[in-house]
Amino acid sequence: MVFRDLSFAVEAGAVLSVEGPNGAGKTSLLRMLAGFLAPASGTVRLRIDGTALEDGEERGKQVGWLGHHDAVKPQMTVRETLAFFAMLHRGAGALEGAMEQVGLARLGDLPGQYLSAGQKKRVALARLWLCGRPLWLLDEPLAALDPAGKRVVADLIAAHCAAGGIAVAATHEPLGIEARRLVLA
Amino acid sequence: MSALLLRDVRLAARAGGSAMLALAFFAGVATLVPLGVGAELPRLARIAGGVLWVAAVLAALLALDRLFQADFEDGSLDLLALSPLSLEAVAAIKASAHWLATGLPLTLLSPLLGVMFGLPPRALLALFVSLLLGTPAVSALGAVGAGLTLSVRRGGLILPLIVLPLLAPAVIFGAGAVLEVLDGIPNGALGLLGAFSFCACVLSPFATAAAVRLNLGS
Repeated sequence: MVFRDLSFAVEAGAVLSVEGPNGAGKTSLLRMLAGFLAPASGTVRLRIDGTALEDGEERGKQVGWLGHHDAVKPQMTVRETLAFFAMLHRGAGALEGAMEQVGLARLGDLPGQYLSAGQKKRVALARLWLCGRPLWLLDEPLAALDPAGKRVVADLIAAHCAAGGIAVAATHEPLGIEARRLVLA
Repeated sequence: MSALLLRDVRLAARAGGSAMLALAFFAGVATLVPLGVGAELPRLARIAGGVLWVAAVLAALLALDRLFQADFEDGSLDLLALSPLSLEAVAAIKASAHWLATGLPLTLLSPLLGVMFGLPPRALLALFVSLLLGTPAVSALGAVGAGLTLSVRRGGLILPLIVLPLLAPAVIFGAGAVLEVLDGIPNGALGLLGAFSFCACVLSPFATAAAVRLNLGS
């Protein structure tokens, strides 16, 4: 048992910052919200347009995921990586705009193997933005980023929530925007 | 869907990919066997079907253990599971990409290697058709094994133990199809191979998806 007696609700447009020491279950909680893990008891419910999704896989189709692995292939360029996920999500829209937004505009043709950890994180952020999902689950979104990168994260979350999205972020640092806190012991 | 197929085939074909490795292994084994067995053409022709089928299965197996593991380790598999595609579709597409990158090139190369074994033209055709029918089953059943072992470090060691017994029928029927032509005695191997391959391709995406789901939840 990682945690018990946990109950919380997050409304549209709100940010929840999940905090707690290493091993407190932050990543497990996010994976549970995403539908990868089933809770031993209890339910996770996502309400969208009047319908409540309780099934893990149905919920997963609404999730924008930023894990602590960046899912950047060394053989694929930044633009190829992002174009692939945009096509997968049938929203091949503002590819260049998303790259501009996270500060990757000049790195589009660079293969993943030459990117630093922070640059890979920016690719992951651009992908998150492109996928256009209503529920963002962010695992350590600020790790490896420089101060400018951290501001990008705060700006993206703010824009996402202003458009009615939800963001749940597991983090050790302040996110830089107003957020409710959930502390796991 | 085509996005994932294209990406997987591209990754396999690029430097460090598995497509060339499988093809080189296949050609290497097929070249070494005549050297070891001796250049007695009638004997070589009789073992050609079996040797080339075994070489094709092992070559395809080389490229299998990273089928899901690479995406699992770098976080891509999480994103694929959350994408609009169902896991069954992801499994079917990844197995198809594996076939396009290994099974199809091996099949296209096989008549050339068959000539080195002294196979007559009609037997070459039988070999080609048997590989064309049978290698999709290799990719499909191999994907089940790859899905089961995706979170196991050194999973490549267990994978052949799971997959090879399942592939025995393909090797038997595939080699049988070549012998049918050489001996002139009808044995129906090609029909059985087709039926086996069809069942494997239809059913395995569900088994693969179940295996991947199990591993993502742990």
